[in-house]
Amino acid sequence: MPEASAARRSRRWRTAGSYAALTIGAIIVLVPIYFTIVNSLLQPDQLAHQPPRLIPPAAQWHDYRTAWDSGQLSRYMTTSAIMTVSIVAGQLVTSVLAAYAFAFLRFPFKRTLFLVCLGTLMIPFEVTFITNLDTVSSLGWFNTYEGLAVPFLATGFGIFLLRQAFLQIPKDLQEAATLDGYGHWRFMARVAVPLARPSLAALGVFSFLAAWNQYLWPLLATGGTTPLNTVQIGLKQLVGTSPDQIPVALAGAVIAFVPLVILLLIFQKQLVRSLTAGAVK
Amino acid sequence: MTVASVEMRRSPVPKETTLRARRRREAGLAYLILLPALAVFGTFTFYPFFRNFKLMLYETPPVPGLPAHYVGLHQIIPTVTSTQFTQSLVTTIVFVALVVPISLILGLALAVAAHRKLKGIAIYRMIFSSTVVSSVAVASVVFGTLLNPVVGLLPWLGINPTPPALENTTWALPAVAVITIWQFLGLSFIIMSAGLQSVPDELLEAARIDGAGAWTRFWRMTVPLLSPTIFFAVIVSTIYAFQSFGAVDILIGNQSAVRLHTNVLIYNIVNTLQVENNPGAAAIMATVLFLITLSLTVLQMRFLERRVHYA
Amino acid sequence: MAQVSFEGVTKRFGDTVAVDALNLEIPDGELLVLLGSSGCGKTTALRLLAGLEEVSEGTIAIGGRVVNDVDPKDRDVAMVFQSYALYPHLSVARNIEFPLRQRGMAKDVRAAKVKEAATTLGLDTLLNRKPSQLSGGQRQRVALARAIVREPQVFLMDEPLSNLDAALRVQTRADIVALQDRLSTTTLYVTHDQVEAMTMGDRIAVMSQGILQQVATPEDLYAHPANTFVAGFLGSPGMNLLPGTVTQGSGGEALVEVAGGVVPFPSTLRASSLGDAGAVILGVRPESLSLDPDGPLHADVTIVELLGAETHVICRTPDGSRLIVRQSARAAKPAPNDQVRIAVDPDPAAMHLFDATTTQRLTAP
Repeated sequence: MPEASAARRSRRWRTAGSYAALTIGAIIVLVPIYFTIVNSLLQPDQLAHQPPRLIPPAAQWHDYRTAWDSGQLSRYMTTSAIMTVSIVAGQLVTSVLAAYAFAFLRFPFKRTLFLVCLGTLMIPFEVTFITNLDTVSSLGWFNTYEGLAVPFLATGFGIFLLRQAFLQIPKDLQEAATLDGYGHWRFMARVAVPLARPSLAALGVFSFLAAWNQYLWPLLATGGTTPLNTVQIGLKQLVGTSPDQIPVALAGAVIAFVPLVILLLIFQKQLVRSLTAGAVK
Repeated sequence: MTVASVEMRRSPVPKETTLRARRRREAGLAYLILLPALAVFGTFTFYPFFRNFKLMLYETPPVPGLPAHYVGLHQIIPTVTSTQFTQSLVTTIVFVALVVPISLILGLALAVAAHRKLKGIAIYRMIFSSTVVSSVAVASVVFGTLLNPVVGLLPWLGINPTPPALENTTWALPAVAVITIWQFLGLSFIIMSAGLQSVPDELLEAARIDGAGAWTRFWRMTVPLLSPTIFFAVIVSTIYAFQSFGAVDILIGNQSAVRLHTNVLIYNIVNTLQVENNPGAAAIMATVLFLITLSLTVLQMRFLERRVHYA
Repeated sequence: MAQVSFEGVTKRFGDTVAVDALNLEIPDGELLVLLGSSGCGKTTALRLLAGLEEVSEGTIAIGGRVVNDVDPKDRDVAMVFQSYALYPHLSVARNIEFPLRQRGMAKDVRAAKVKEAATTLGLDTLLNRKPSQLSGGQRQRVALARAIVREPQVFLMDEPLSNLDAALRVQTRADIVALQDRLSTTTLYVTHDQVEAMTMGDRIAVMSQGILQQVATPEDLYAHPANTFVAGFLGSPGMNLLPGTVTQGSGGEALVEVAGGVVPFPSTLRASSLGDAGAVILGVRPESLSLDPDGPLHADVTIVELLGAETHVICRTPDGSRLIVRQSARAAKPAPNDQVRIAVDPDPAAMHLFDATTTQRLTAP
């Protein structure tokens, strides 16, 4: 019937249109990344080639080596890794403990203390960093791992997220565990935490991302150029150097970016979950 | 029915005390495990917050080596009305006005485009979310090169501003805005996508059967139903944009941010603190910024929640 | 010895009294069913025994030891929850093993006990599955296995069959009774289903609105209900309850006058023993009634229910009271709106009299 095939044809046009729109969007997002990767593999004299090259003629990996060694990126990656892992571990532990108290224990001022923890989310970094710099200096933590990590060892967001997860645990599971002889610590370790695993993963991925990508605090707390710079500050140093150094800087950016993309690929679900924790009712 | 006689050992401790003892133990445990988080919050969030108010009352003379002296509230007005501050405030507002609407609209467009059950859609969704993992530094390096007058993409597109984009008083701020938009795109996409998932398909299908075209369906149904999500995204992105710093620091580098009109608020605050060595003024500016973001949040909650689709 | 004793136990939630001065003894090894509709306090009483709620007044003792201040985990009781409360992230074997894990038992001792409990409940082939991969009946058995593996002094069961479908319920009922018989563990079993109570309990304790109505064996409860609540609750359908008055016949015999007619009382019951009872409630079970053209009661048929082996004729007396007559399927069935006459079984045990004001039983058992 002519109507059916017309409908089919218009549907095919619509699908083609969808794919076209999607591809355009993808190109817009990917062009900077692609450009970066390609240019990081070029010799400096090939950079100014117009029109810009789509495919590097001969991949030059030595800029990566340069970024890694004399650009100090290997050192910076280590610093970033240690700082990030400390922050993530700290946030997971403090959030689990605090959320457990709010979800399972009865005690005076519970509501107030919970609001206090949530209240920390309303106090932005620009207000606290001035004093935190002084605090960190007077504790002798300037330009140290402690200075980088300790201010971030707890987060109101994590407490909120994990409390929600703990509240989902049915009350009779708690009672069964009580009758089975489990006190609070054992119940936390054997039942509550394993059952809250999805939220823990979401929090972990989110914390990792936020800590790894931080810029302002590591800059201030290490005061510029030191071995204790994170990758992000290291990138700043690679920029602004002569045009010859551009592929090195780009290589540095790729090195900094790629591990996180892998993280995204593996933990996409958890990341989305934590990012939308406040958005969708 | 016989009642079995049972020997009862009455506990010597009255019931009241034991119940209270148990409650006390429970409260003790709670305070113990809350201690780590509260200690961190107390030291690094609340103490600085309150000390900020004290800092505002002390002026540090521009001569190095001299201590700060108490001036009470007198420092506040001059700082807030200084051209440097008002300029940075205007700059930041312009920046926010550039970044927020564009990144939200783009995020929404991408989310709508990717909300279909097409083959390979997962790959597109991955690509669209990918910028969420990029840091400010990475985005700055990437775009810094793209906008480079010699090796970037602009010459090929025929755009050759003089001076080059990142040294140009007119184009520096928009350039930084573009970087921030790109960086924020991934998060905007993720939030809008999640919101779209919660729009019930049956409603749209019913509208379609009733004869509503795609455009009508979008504006009359999808957008209103999405308003809580949009409202959330607006708040998050506005606060984020107000706190912008890294892109300016990396790309403008040693040049004068003031001259290039990229002196956003936090950049100004950091500058005041470290270069001008004036914590009192910095604290005042930080407080102003805090009040702005706080009142924006409250305002938006009131205003937008009324318009949020509760029909 | 694991007898359980409630002495004057009261539990208040704010202004509501959930359990009111409960006095109950459960001898060692008995399966006592706590029966009542929702909100009657039976589950609260169970939770008080478990230690999941604090007693407001009174004492609870297990094996002679007062346990009011003893933590649930030290009371040596095991509970089967209505929703089974299985740990979803653990396998069946680990679920069963859970109560044993921090009692300082060696690993192989634990494994042996788990195997024993699993075998008793037919779970051998399911030990590695997770609860989400099990059917309702299998999950219930895991809950039971977890309860028995500790060999506690008392079993507590909170409506364990209510989430199973009818056929499975019948089978599992018998299994639980057999299990309890074998283990001889004192058991407190809570349910709202009187069929369960009648078939499973050594004794039944009926509760209503926090107050214990009667404790007796199933037969006793059925044949000699202590008040109209118990009379109407047990039996399916429950006892017919007709308001009326006691009068004296021309020959001095006791008569009960109800809306549908006058029923002679069996000669073993003396009218004088009823005093000036005045307003009473006559109780007769549906199986003690029959359709008889010479019967003393008049009624209108509302509906006739065919249940296969028997028929229920549901009637209405002139004052609107409902009357159900149970007859064999072979007997002649009336049609709706027919006017019928009903006779009462002359056996003295078939008729019960209750005081209309206090609802308590008037006739001696």
